[in-house]
Amino acid sequence: MANLNINGEQKTFDAPDDMPLLWVLRDILGMTGTKFGCGVALCGACTVHVDGKAVRSCLLPVSAVSGRAITTIEGVGATPVGAKVQKAWLDLEVIQCGYCQSGQIMSAAALLASTPTPDDSDIDAAMSGNICRCGTYVRVREAIKHAASERQT
Amino acid sequence: MKLADNMLVAASPANKPSGLSRRNLLAGAFAGGFMLAFQLPVRAANEPTQPPDTTEGKFAPNAFIRIDTTGKTTLVMPQVEMGQGIYTAIAMILAEELDADYAQITLQHAPPSDKLYGNPIFIIQATGGSTSVRAFWKPLRNAGATARAMLVQAAAEQWQVEPASCTASNGQVMHAASGRKLSYGELCDAAGKLTPPKDVALKDPKDFSVIGKPLKRFDTPDKVNGKTVYGIDAMVPGMTFATLAQCPVFGGKVAKVDDRAAKKIPGVRQIVVLDDLVAVVGDHMWAARSGLEALDITWDEGPNAKISSKDIWAHLRAASETDGVIAKSVGDIAKGLATGERIDASYEMPFLAHATMEPLNCTVHFKGDSCEVWTGTQIMSRVQSEAAKAAGLPVDKVTVNQHMIGGGFGRRLEPDMVVAAVRIAKQVNGPVKVVWTREEDIQHDIYRPVYRDNISATLSNGKVVGFKYKIAGSAVIARWLPPAFQKGIDIDAIDSAADQPYDFPHFQCEYVRAEPPAVPTGFWRGVGPNNNVFAIESFMDELARKAGKDPVAFRRELLGKAPRMLAALDLAAEKANWGQPLPARVGRGVSIQPTFDTSIATVVEAEIDSQGEIRLRQVNVAVDTGIAVNPDTIVAQIEGGIVFGLTAALYGDITIEKGRVQQSNFHDYRMLRIDQMPKINVHLIKSGEAPGGIGECGVIGGPPALRNAIYAATGVALRRMPIDRDAIAERKKS
Repeated sequence: MANLNINGEQKTFDAPDDMPLLWVLRDILGMTGTKFGCGVALCGACTVHVDGKAVRSCLLPVSAVSGRAITTIEGVGATPVGAKVQKAWLDLEVIQCGYCQSGQIMSAAALLASTPTPDDSDIDAAMSGNICRCGTYVRVREAIKHAASERQT
Repeated sequence: MKLADNMLVAASPANKPSGLSRRNLLAGAFAGGFMLAFQLPVRAANEPTQPPDTTEGKFAPNAFIRIDTTGKTTLVMPQVEMGQGIYTAIAMILAEELDADYAQITLQHAPPSDKLYGNPIFIIQATGGSTSVRAFWKPLRNAGATARAMLVQAAAEQWQVEPASCTASNGQVMHAASGRKLSYGELCDAAGKLTPPKDVALKDPKDFSVIGKPLKRFDTPDKVNGKTVYGIDAMVPGMTFATLAQCPVFGGKVAKVDDRAAKKIPGVRQIVVLDDLVAVVGDHMWAARSGLEALDITWDEGPNAKISSKDIWAHLRAASETDGVIAKSVGDIAKGLATGERIDASYEMPFLAHATMEPLNCTVHFKGDSCEVWTGTQIMSRVQSEAAKAAGLPVDKVTVNQHMIGGGFGRRLEPDMVVAAVRIAKQVNGPVKVVWTREEDIQHDIYRPVYRDNISATLSNGKVVGFKYKIAGSAVIARWLPPAFQKGIDIDAIDSAADQPYDFPHFQCEYVRAEPPAVPTGFWRGVGPNNNVFAIESFMDELARKAGKDPVAFRRELLGKAPRMLAALDLAAEKANWGQPLPARVGRGVSIQPTFDTSIATVVEAEIDSQGEIRLRQVNVAVDTGIAVNPDTIVAQIEGGIVFGLTAALYGDITIEKGRVQQSNFHDYRMLRIDQMPKINVHLIKSGEAPGGIGECGVIGGPPALRNAIYAATGVALRRMPIDRDAIAERKKS
């Protein structure tokens, strides 16, 4: 049996060592907020945090994250940065279909946790791994800046 | 406002057969001429809307509104939400005329029913073609106003006063003279006993209190925390997970399968072999995927195994040289083309995949005598009927649970993924979720067709005399909505070409139906106008240069009969600083489009480096879409549409080699990313005209405007999409 710390809770389950975290979350634990987009870390839809860093869960073997703190979209709102990002996303009405937005929000929250006031090049570097087919990029950028400004007030 | 708790497993008992003949409806609808049928809602303005549905709720005056005794107001959504914000817009329109209490509104997906929820433009229950607000504007307003009138009448009868002396707002009826008030919940029993009035007055748009306000979307709060359940997220007790491989060659079959290695993989439960596909069923997607990779499948590739892009283009080019069916003729084209200096050009558009972020998927529980389906679809009723056919069951034995859609773009106007999932599920005990890998999704799409457009025009003293435009490409309509394909003309393929904003003295639009060998084709966001606006607007820039005129000034001269378009062009040009000097190898390009009853002008500013790489600097879009139901959503749709269209212009190219698609994932079917984004400024023009379509509009203008910016910056007249970097490099690469 494998054991993971997800959103502050211990989860025990049975899965092959090489099974990517994405499918453990979705198909074994029923945590479907983390999305499958490409399966090869090209689109960012599956982004989660491991020890606070944004990582693509579709290529991450579950055995590699044993004992590490995993945060998903279902839990990121419990962190102050995550909550501010979610609020900014709603304040600026970023979302269209929303399928990629779990990943966008996770990448943005990790960026703001490490770089509280990112400039455009920081945003480009942190967010260019997240594809949005609806094309919400203009508002993603604005919302990150909006969240950053709220952090300081 | 919130989503119904049961929305994501929509309470949809198998719907009753409609009793109406779809064919008769369609024949009637399209008899009046295709443009009328396609462009305008076919229902008369005040025709009673849909018949009441009594499935739930105390007061259900029509198929869209349910009010219970607590005042809870459930609005049933006839169109599907795939990011375009339509649930919010539909709720706003209904709530506006109903004078509903916003806090008590709950939204619910409609069950499959063409009769109750058919799109008045298509007749069937379909969300596409930027039709939702145009098609449902009047029916929804009528539905809201009718319900309101009944509630007011119920109150007036109780108070024994004239209905006209009562007012309604915020879910209450009031009688000002006596100070009495009753809530809609208190009135719903009495209102439910009344007969709906035939002709209700609609609000004067100046009295709108909700429509026109940038309202927050109701669907987004659950999309920031992972709660929204898309089709791919459906979880059914006891379910297994499957993924599939179809023959890489279009139309090929399974010859033989060696599954010995796959069966040894932990979690693999079953290998399903059908004539044209193989699926692996497992405890989770990882087992299914690993199992699929371990299969040794021999394909019978069939007759398409020798077809490549060059064959497809040779076929299309030959077809495009044949005479087309005349879709529109103004003046005397022969005379027009015989006058002045003649210019000819041909433009070509590639196959495109949809690449919705949510890969194709469908969950099915086949139970022998019934079947339940979970998916997100743009064609609810057709999915039910196609699932029934695949299951070998009557339609009323198939239940379809609609979900939020993680990108449609036309891909989910097709039922193929549902049919495949049902066929697989028939071999599986219990519910099974079938998920396409990204590679399968891209290589087994139903592609935006290739098009070739031949244009001939004449100029005399710098003015256009004759303009002949001939489209060659698939007739998607002929397959998708056969009754609408009449006299050899595909109404989608000629959209925004036959009806010109430009006042050409002699004009002709022709259409040649040319189906590409092997490759299935379908609707792709922006549909026919993507092709037509690209070709015509690219050619307009070439004509302007020949005429020695500025591209904006050249267009202005021809827009005397299209004042809304002219205003949009002037606004976009002004906001883009049209005419102001730019650095070397930076250009501005303009495009106009009369698409989906919306007038749009787009200016793209771009820099082309010495290697031919493009840096998008700025995009300005002026939009006159009539009454803007939710202005913020309209801005968002244009912003996103620009990204979608420019992505195609920069990268979109599905190519075929030996009968198979060569692209497979986002490394070779690339998407625009945030670090490549231009500034996008959307300028809405206030208007009191009826609402136009918007969901696809933003996609269309970017590619021709970018192409024209490149033309301005480099002098290279590109005539094919996507953009050829080598052709626009300063020194052509060897």
